[in-house]
Amino acid sequence: MNKLKFITRYASVENPLDIDAYVAQGGFFGLREALTMPPKEVISAVKQSGLRGRGGAGFPTGVKWESVRGDAERYIVCNADEGEPGTFKDRYILEHTPYLVLEGISIAAYAIGAQTGYIYVRGEYPHIVTALSKAIAQSEKSGYLGSRILGGDFSFHVEVRKGGGSYVVGDETALLNSLMGNRGYPLLKPPFPTERGLWGKPTVVNNVETLAYVPYIFMHGATTFSSIGHPESPGLKLYSLSGHITKPGVYEFPMGTTVGELMQAAGGTRGPLKAVQIGGTAGPIYDTSALGYALDFASMRKVGGALGSGALVFMNTSVSMVQVLDVTMRFFAEESCGQCFPCRYGTRQLAFMAHKIALGQGRLEYLDFMRDIARVMVGASLCPFGQSIALPLETILEGFGDEIVSFIKQQEFLKEVAV
Amino acid sequence: MVPINWGNTHPQNPQISKKRDTLLSALHDIQSSKSGKTWITARDLSSIAREYKIPVAELDGIVSFYTLFSRAPRGRHVIRLCDSLSCRICGSLDIYRYIRKRLGISRGMTTGDGLFTLEIVNCLGACSTAPNLMIDDQLVSGVSLKEIDDLINRLSKEGV
Repeated sequence: MNKLKFITRYASVENPLDIDAYVAQGGFFGLREALTMPPKEVISAVKQSGLRGRGGAGFPTGVKWESVRGDAERYIVCNADEGEPGTFKDRYILEHTPYLVLEGISIAAYAIGAQTGYIYVRGEYPHIVTALSKAIAQSEKSGYLGSRILGGDFSFHVEVRKGGGSYVVGDETALLNSLMGNRGYPLLKPPFPTERGLWGKPTVVNNVETLAYVPYIFMHGATTFSSIGHPESPGLKLYSLSGHITKPGVYEFPMGTTVGELMQAAGGTRGPLKAVQIGGTAGPIYDTSALGYALDFASMRKVGGALGSGALVFMNTSVSMVQVLDVTMRFFAEESCGQCFPCRYGTRQLAFMAHKIALGQGRLEYLDFMRDIARVMVGASLCPFGQSIALPLETILEGFGDEIVSFIKQQEFLKEVAV
Repeated sequence: MVPINWGNTHPQNPQISKKRDTLLSALHDIQSSKSGKTWITARDLSSIAREYKIPVAELDGIVSFYTLFSRAPRGRHVIRLCDSLSCRICGSLDIYRYIRKRLGISRGMTTGDGLFTLEIVNCLGACSTAPNLMIDDQLVSGVSLKEIDDLINRLSKEGV
């Protein structure tokens, strides 16, 4: 069996809601295996595998599970509020192999001692809410979910919830707030959700892809998983490729695959490559020098970037970086939750200046203002959202500053000679 | 700092046991409850507020936080056009320009016949088939101007 493909192998099935087809592919083998072990050993296997959260932050999953303590009433929440621009891997998983996520969340629930789980699906994916509900009903009927799973003592119920449309709800504390029927405001940590989460009870929030890789560990073994990819962030990863690329889509490769290798796998770019954004809108934008970058949490951090969600947006030479700056800053202004001042006001100022530049009304000193604002936001914003705007902004100005400066100068000149 | 509301109790009603995890679903349901309605009316708001024992003002604040809910009347069909990076570089502005001309409305506006509302949104999570838009609950991917034309014609024929 090819151990370098996992999610994409399950996803190749014709009818994703056919539970027998899933079982025939080896589905629920991981759950069966995990349930024979004491919960503590399940957690150590996940720790040993080196699996890190695939939502963007890359926190070690086993460590997160282990940190659950206190109250016996515990919750596991699957974060399916995928909203990072350029990312569509969670949609892919849930559309093509929902049972894999249900198997993963059941193993997680068993390990941390949760009786109830929620899958929070973004409101923009209404068909997935319907499909997941069907998959849950089917799993309960077949004894893989619900009361006394597989005839044992472990019972676990999952419910699906539909989001209201908000980017910041992708943050785990914001997601829990939203799940409790509040505004989706992120909270300061600590307390971490593993101590005080849903309704004040210990809660683990894991990304869809993270949970989908959990069965791997119990199917092929923790050491098989940890032997793939980069030693500090091992395993397989789904990369979302879009933009000016010949065959856009979701690609499953070992962690540490380079940008260039992925580009080749997707048939190369359409037109000469100018820039690539890695990890979503909150991620860095590089020029062609990024082709050699290895895509894993550790290597990306080393080059001053971040892997984020594993999204790659390829841009050819027809793309104006003035436009990219405008789209990026506007995104942040629209999605800021408004809770803290530096982000609420800073994102609006940045969007205003970027848009002025795009309209040909920019001034050179804007670029310095923008750098200053971003620096303040890194230090003073309440949550990672406001802090993350600096990365795209600084990499755009660093790699493509000349283009933006010459655009502003040219517009200023044109205005002058027209008078 | 915003006080944390743990959801299952309300300061004035500590006995309330109804958990608010179904609140967003209830809002989704009521927003599209009667045929052709695509927004949350004042009446909807007070009925949900009563059901969940939340002050109307607080509920209004919750509703306004989320982009999928609208307190203002919207058209029979809501067109949500993505203009995030992947869609932008694959032609979302051409589509915006076309819809604007065809329907005579800009971002956030509703046509005079009450049929269409046009919204510009951030990523719909289908970037491999950019440019994307959603019309009501339906994702329309890799759209051409011709397809948009057909879609608008078909929905216009169905009427309000």
